[in-house]
Amino acid sequence: MSLNRVLVPVKRVVDYAVKIRVAGGKVDTNVKHSMNPFDEIAIEEAVRLKEKKLAKEVIALTVGPSKSNETLRTALAMGADRGVHIEVPEGSEVLPLQVAKLIKAVAEKEKPELLLLGKQAIDDDSSQTGQMLAGLLGWPQATFASKVEVAGDKLTVTREVDGGLETIASKLPAVVTTDLRLNEPRYATLPNIMKAKKKKVEKLTPKDLGVDVTPTIETVKVIEPPKRAGGIKVESVDELLSKLKNEARVL
Amino acid sequence: ASTLVLVEHKNDAVASSTLNAITAATKIGGSVTALVAGSAPDAVAKSVAGLQGVNKVLVAKHDAYAHALPETLAPLIVAATKAGSFTHVVAPHSAFGKNVLPRAAALLDVNQVSDVIGVEGEDTFVRPIYAGNAVATVKSKEPIKVITVRTTAFPAAASGGSASTESAPSADTASPTEWIKEEIAKSDRPELGSAKVVIGGGRGMKNGENFKLLYDLADKLGAAVGASRAAVDAGFVSNDLQIGQTGKIIAPELYIAVGISGAIQHLAGMKDSKCIVAINKDGDAPIFQVADYGLVDDLFKAIPDITSKVDKI
Repeated sequence: MSLNRVLVPVKRVVDYAVKIRVAGGKVDTNVKHSMNPFDEIAIEEAVRLKEKKLAKEVIALTVGPSKSNETLRTALAMGADRGVHIEVPEGSEVLPLQVAKLIKAVAEKEKPELLLLGKQAIDDDSSQTGQMLAGLLGWPQATFASKVEVAGDKLTVTREVDGGLETIASKLPAVVTTDLRLNEPRYATLPNIMKAKKKKVEKLTPKDLGVDVTPTIETVKVIEPPKRAGGIKVESVDELLSKLKNEARVL
Repeated sequence: ASTLVLVEHKNDAVASSTLNAITAATKIGGSVTALVAGSAPDAVAKSVAGLQGVNKVLVAKHDAYAHALPETLAPLIVAATKAGSFTHVVAPHSAFGKNVLPRAAALLDVNQVSDVIGVEGEDTFVRPIYAGNAVATVKSKEPIKVITVRTTAFPAAASGGSASTESAPSADTASPTEWIKEEIAKSDRPELGSAKVVIGGGRGMKNGENFKLLYDLADKLGAAVGASRAAVDAGFVSNDLQIGQTGKIIAPELYIAVGISGAIQHLAGMKDSKCIVAINKDGDAPIFQVADYGLVDDLFKAIPDITSKVDKI
C-alpha cells in the first residue's frame, strides 16, 4: 500500500550564500534567490518516498510572486510531479498563519496523506507554518524530523530536540517538518530541468481559495545588528590566559 | 496586559528556558500566569510558584501531558487563554516552544511573533531575521499576542516569589500521536544553552576522539562543549551539540572557538557571547574578525597547554 499524494510547500527565499545587506530600513532582496534549503530537503524526502514506491504522486506548492514559479520548477526538476502556484503581488508579505490557511485549502482539495514542509524559512526564521497547518487541519505533527518512516497508514518520525532525539508515531494523514540531517537533496540534472518545463503548474490566487492574506503583523523597521568591535591577536597561551583573567575578567 | 507563560520542564525540574521566558513576560507589563502541564506536575508547579514575577500558577495534571505533545498541549493553551482572557501567550523559542506554540496560535487564529529578543511595548517586539543578519521591530495587531522568546536575550527569573496555584481548565486530551522513546545525551556538564563558558570544536578537531581535549578543558572551566555544523556533519559529535543558525543559539560569558573557521551560520549562533576567543592555525580564518582574543596556533598544542595552565591562574 502506498500513499496517493504527498504535498510539499516550498518557498522562494534569498539564497543562503548571499550576504544580507540592510539598506533604507529594509533588507535588500534584489539579489539571488533560491529554494529555502529546508524545503529542498522536504522535496527530496517526498521524491525518495515515490522512488521507494511508498508514494504515487508528489505535488509541490508555493505561495509567492510570479518569480516563485522558478522555485516550483526546481521542485519539479528534482522529481515532483506537478505544481500549484498561489500567486500574490511582488513585494507582498504573506504571514505564516495565512500561508497555512492557503495550504490547508489546497490540501482539502488534493487530499494528500502526507504534508512535508521545511522546519523554517531562512528569511523570516519564524518556524511556524507546519505546526499551524497541522493545528488547522487537526492532524498529527512531527516537527524537526531527522528520520521519516512510512508503513501503510503509520508514520514513525525521529525528531531533533534539545539534548538529543525523540521518536514519535502517528497515523496518517500527518504533517512533517524537516530538519537538516534528514537527507541530502539532489541537484536537478539538465534533462530533468528540461522535463520539468513540461510538467503542469496550476495557478491560483488567495481569493480563489477564499483566504484573506492581509498581514496582521507590521514590520516597523529593520536595522543591521550591532557589529562586534574587532579584537586583538595574542602571541601565546600565556598572554591569552593573562588577558582573559585581567582584562576580560572571564576566568 | 495579562500574560500566560507555557512552562517547559523535564524530570521534575523547571527548564532554564522557562526562567528566561518569565523575565520576558514581566517586561510586557501586567500579570504573569504560568501554565504547568504534566503527568505529575506538582513539584514543577511548586518551583514555578516560587519564582519572582509569577503571580499565579495553573496546573494541568493528566497522563496525556507526559511528553509535551503539541496535539494535547495546544488545546490546553487555547482553553487556558480563553478562560483567563489572557492578552499574551509566551513560550521559550526552544525545540519545545517552537513545536507547541504555533499550533496553539493557529487554533487561536492569530499569527505568532517568533524568537523575540526585545520587548518594546505590549504589541511591539524585536526579533532577528535572516539568521540574525538583520533585526526587525514588529508590531502585532492580533487580539492575542503569541510570542516565543530567545532565551539568551533575557536574564533568568530569580527565586523568591510566592504565587498561588490553581487547576487549569480542562481541555481535550485525545492525541493522534504516540510518544515512543527519546535518546537524550546524559552529561554532568552544564547545559549548552545556559552555560557561562562554552568551548566549541570545529572541523579542525579532525575527529571525534580529539574532542576529549575540549572535554578535559571544559571540566577545568566548568564549561559546556559544543560544535560547529562542519564538525557535526563530519560525524565528530552528535547533532545536539551544534551551535549555529540551525542549532543552538548561545550567549555565554566566554566562548572559546577551537578549530572553527567561522562560517556565517556558526556566527549566527554565538556572536552574542560576551567574550569570544578563537584558536585556529589559519590566521586568515573569518572567526578572528569577531573574536575579542585570537590565537593563531596549532590547537593540538594550545589546548593541552591551556588546560595545564588554567589551574595556576
